[in-house]
Amino acid sequence: MTTTGDPLSEVFAALADPTRRAILDRLAAGEATVNELAEPFPISLQAISKHLKVLERAGLITRGRDAQWRPCRLEAEPLREVAAWAEQYRRHWEGRYDQLDDYLQRLTKEKRHDHQSDDPKRP
Amino acid sequence: MTTKVTTPSDLEIQLTRVFDAPRDLVWEAHTKAEHIKHWWGRGNPLDVELDFRVGGKYRYVEHADGEAYAFRGEFREISPPQRLVQTFEFEGMPGHILVETLVFTEEDGKTTITGTSLFDSVEDRDGMLQTGMAEGAEQSYQALQRYLKTLS
Repeated sequence: MTTTGDPLSEVFAALADPTRRAILDRLAAGEATVNELAEPFPISLQAISKHLKVLERAGLITRGRDAQWRPCRLEAEPLREVAAWAEQYRRHWEGRYDQLDDYLQRLTKEKRHDHQSDDPKRP
Repeated sequence: MTTKVTTPSDLEIQLTRVFDAPRDLVWEAHTKAEHIKHWWGRGNPLDVELDFRVGGKYRYVEHADGEAYAFRGEFREISPPQRLVQTFEFEGMPGHILVETLVFTEEDGKTTITGTSLFDSVEDRDGMLQTGMAEGAEQSYQALQRYLKTLS
């Protein structure tokens, strides 16, 4: 899927990658350096830097001025719109899936019951 | 069990949910009116009409707070019990059509549904985003925190 260059599409494109989502998740707990961010991933620092550039361009992170450390910080604002929508969508479907869950339990019980009554040894 | 949400591309939103039931049963619950009316309405009464075959159509009417909300679509791909592709349209906003792809996988007697909705255009997606924002700032902040927790 290609992005169309509008700010929201940049945010979506940045969120499309699991490594970048994991980086954001880590930054939600507080700022971190590139080395700290790279630690849990089996990929090069260079690859992490590329991901950080994408996140920075989408406005999802900012980086400190200190030339040596340049800690990364999460910028929540561009995410807020996407998050509100995703959460509403999730909640809507969760209501549906909770009902499905209950219904499946009922069907499972009924099937078990049917099997039991088919069995002549059971009353 | 909770439902996880991600945005795998700039035009898609994806939900994942695990059910404690075998795949054949979860699949079956998606294919017949007598099953769908028990769960799709989220506890609200639901009228279900469906013609479950490729090219067949469905129409669900959900009754909530004295109002009726109608949804319709067409089945595009049916590969039992693994994959179901259908369109989705809210009759209150006709012309904005989503393509939903549901993938069913089973492991240890539990079934995972991965549902991906693909928007027709950036405009459609942004229109939906605005309905999400209508919830108010406080809820939106909670939503953000929740979303961040489910990101990875």
